[in-house]
Amino acid sequence: MGRVLAVLIWLITLLTVILFVSKRWWFPENISQHGVGIDRQFTITLLVVAFAFVAAQVGLGYTVWKYRATSDDKKERATYSHGNNRLEVVWTAITALIFISLAVAGQRVWASLHFQDAPPGTFEIRVAAQQFQWNFHYPGKDKAFGRTDPKLINDGNQNFVGLDDTDEHAKDDIVAPTLVVPLNRPVRLLLRSRDVTHSLWIPNMRYKQDAVPGLEIPVHFTAQKVGQYEIACAELCGQLHYKMGAKMLVLPEEEFQALMAMSQPDFQKQRDEYLKKYKLP
Amino acid sequence: MAEVETVEDAHDGHEHHAGEVHRHPAPTSFIRKYIFSIDHKVIGIQYLLLAMFSVFVGLILSVLMRIRLTWPTAAVPGLAWFFGEAAPGGVMNPEVYLALVTMHGTMMVFFVLTTAPQGGFGNYFLPIQIGADDMAFPVLNMLSFWVTFVGLVVLVAAFFVTGGAPTGGWTGYPTLSAIGEQLNVPGAGRGTDLWIISIAIFCVASLLGALNFLTTMLNMRTRGLSLMRLPLTCWSWFTTAVLALLAFPVLLGGGILLLLDRMAGTSFFVPGGLSNGETLLPHSGGSPILWQHLFWFFGHPEVYIAILPGMGATSHILSTFARKPVFGYRAMVFAMFGIGLLGFFVWGHHMFISGMNPYTAMTFSILTLSIGVPSAVKTFNWLGTLWGAKIRFATPMLFAIGFVSLFVAGGITGIVLGQTSLDLPMHDTYFVLGHFHLVMGVAAIFGMFAGVYFWFPKMFGRMMSERLGRIHFWVTFAGVYAIFIPMHIMGIVGMPRRYAQFTEYKFLETLHPLVVFVTIAVFVTAAIQIVFLFNFIYSLFKGPKAGDNPWEATTLEWATTSPPPHDNFAGIVPTVYRGAYEFSVPGAPNDFIMQTDPDPSHEHEAAAPAVLERQGGNGDGQQNGH
Repeated sequence: MGRVLAVLIWLITLLTVILFVSKRWWFPENISQHGVGIDRQFTITLLVVAFAFVAAQVGLGYTVWKYRATSDDKKERATYSHGNNRLEVVWTAITALIFISLAVAGQRVWASLHFQDAPPGTFEIRVAAQQFQWNFHYPGKDKAFGRTDPKLINDGNQNFVGLDDTDEHAKDDIVAPTLVVPLNRPVRLLLRSRDVTHSLWIPNMRYKQDAVPGLEIPVHFTAQKVGQYEIACAELCGQLHYKMGAKMLVLPEEEFQALMAMSQPDFQKQRDEYLKKYKLP
Repeated sequence: MAEVETVEDAHDGHEHHAGEVHRHPAPTSFIRKYIFSIDHKVIGIQYLLLAMFSVFVGLILSVLMRIRLTWPTAAVPGLAWFFGEAAPGGVMNPEVYLALVTMHGTMMVFFVLTTAPQGGFGNYFLPIQIGADDMAFPVLNMLSFWVTFVGLVVLVAAFFVTGGAPTGGWTGYPTLSAIGEQLNVPGAGRGTDLWIISIAIFCVASLLGALNFLTTMLNMRTRGLSLMRLPLTCWSWFTTAVLALLAFPVLLGGGILLLLDRMAGTSFFVPGGLSNGETLLPHSGGSPILWQHLFWFFGHPEVYIAILPGMGATSHILSTFARKPVFGYRAMVFAMFGIGLLGFFVWGHHMFISGMNPYTAMTFSILTLSIGVPSAVKTFNWLGTLWGAKIRFATPMLFAIGFVSLFVAGGITGIVLGQTSLDLPMHDTYFVLGHFHLVMGVAAIFGMFAGVYFWFPKMFGRMMSERLGRIHFWVTFAGVYAIFIPMHIMGIVGMPRRYAQFTEYKFLETLHPLVVFVTIAVFVTAAIQIVFLFNFIYSLFKGPKAGDNPWEATTLEWATTSPPPHDNFAGIVPTVYRGAYEFSVPGAPNDFIMQTDPDPSHEHEAAAPAVLERQGGNGDGQQNGH
């Protein structure tokens, strides 16, 4: 029985490793600047994980293979030992060193995203989440956001973000369910939610951030490849959580600039053109 | 290994008249014996049965979840009757999926993972393993079970109220859980009220239980049973009780505040300026993140509440069937303390992307990866225990080895999720599901299965079928890997948790074959549990009679009859002469020496006579009765 168990443990280990190494299913393509660092850190961590996983499972399989009781002769005794303090200390020190170093290394990308504000020249977009829709609010031609007030939110009038029409800056503002960002230029998003907690999840950007009622959370990132990508909601927000999606368009600077200068109806028409032009990967 | 200071601890109890060995006489009426019993053994079995009911309900819920995920439009017979309008023609609406998620999580975490290992096995075996006649507070013990029972009834009732079962997930994040009703979220009304009340009741029950465990272990150890001679199971129940004592009050407080937000119009967790699309909601000044802090301050120690008793049982069983002393006993005890202590400083790793201060997130990240260190110590010592062993592969041992394998597989990915940067892509994906199900779900359940197969002969006086036990093990072991390893891959692709279906996103389409594969693995693994259930029930009545010590084990529970008498040791107060795991001692006549075996005829027990003398000098014959 010990041999069967050993073989089963080894087989499971082998299949697991094959599943990961084959990359038959893997991350969607990374298109963000910081994502390169995340993917690298993931690979390093996964190697450590894989080594520890394989070593422990192979070792476990080895012990149950090797140290099975071979006969019913009970005179045969196991090794009498209560442990080995030196081994214990060495092992503890090694794991502590590896784990803490990984934790420290894992902060680098985090720090670049959260401890530094967005660089100058950043384009700002406001994100207003609601059940079950993402609203992206752009400043329009005048490059200034109009005043918003939650009292003015009215879904019946399509005023999802509570834009104050009497404000001069509000007249050219665009609100759309599509996130449009310029290529190779940092973007700063300001996340809000008007009802429950949502989470903006853009797999290709390696980015996820909760939008929390009552908070305004700034995030920034840079997209590096033109195209259309998917946005999902990653925090349970109600019965239609599973379809609270949106599209992200990464456009070359000139196309982006032109789009941002359009009026709301033109914006929608042109965006639909781009969604046709740039297909989902 | 003579523990001078701790031997004195064992003498701390009150003096009693000779002959009075048990505080309460054996009950004679059916109700006092089997229902409102104050016997820790009956209460332990009651907890186990409660957990067994809950685990099968939770399992059925997870099968329904897989059906919904894999074939969203499939009609399941009977569901139209059970869920009414929410499952027209037996086809589950998305809110039904979320109700399944919520009830599965709550059932499993609270009424299975928290009750069975601690309330069940701990209750039954802690007093016996320390040579006591019962828990310190038998009536409190009865209360803690029955309060738990009421909690379960309230939770199950949530299925049947108007508006349906709660849909906010077992973490119940506000504002969804607080104002969901005003946003017309199904299940956000009475169902959610009952869910919170059930958890609050459960918190009270766990507190009562924890107090009892701590007092019992510290005050009621029998003669000679110093702390470092305790079985590791006792240490695991003790550490778990400390965690429960400190964690559950915080959840209780959070639950009360959430209930007030829902019922009394307060705003602890709800900020101002929220809108339902038409009007502003009448709340202001609260913070949804406050709940997350309170919840996870409880929630992370809860993970260890679920897994620590499994670690204890695994160490105990590995040593017994390896016929070897536990490798690094002291390190094992301190590793459990280390895990328990660190477990209170890492809750923020559930909240890296919650909007919490990013510097705080960094601190939590480093503390989180530190927990890997005591966990690695445990794994190392389990392998060390097996090294040079003479392993007997009975079913309990198979499950204990399975525990080690699963604990490593599930725990190791914690070093991915514990890193702030990597949490950006991984948070709330199936990677997290795979991780925590393997480590706190399945590994913990393997600990319980190991416990059931190991202690069944003691509890019921009969052996379980080895053949059926092995079938159960092989299929379950392969099955759980087939279910949860692919989930890691799904998470890497980016599949989010708590989606009722995966039809809305192109990037998830490629995963469909894996989704189907996992669902089939769930069907097989769930079905094989019937073999366990059959084995359990059949062996209760038809299993071959078990002797007092069928596994040739060393600890006190094997020094009494199977099942033990009402006062556990039939009027005798056992005396302990040695540590818990004296297997394969050179020169000894057998390959195990029981803790109660007074014969010091071999050199390794040089310390024992000193202890004996101290006790002899004390002239104390009745330590047991309090």
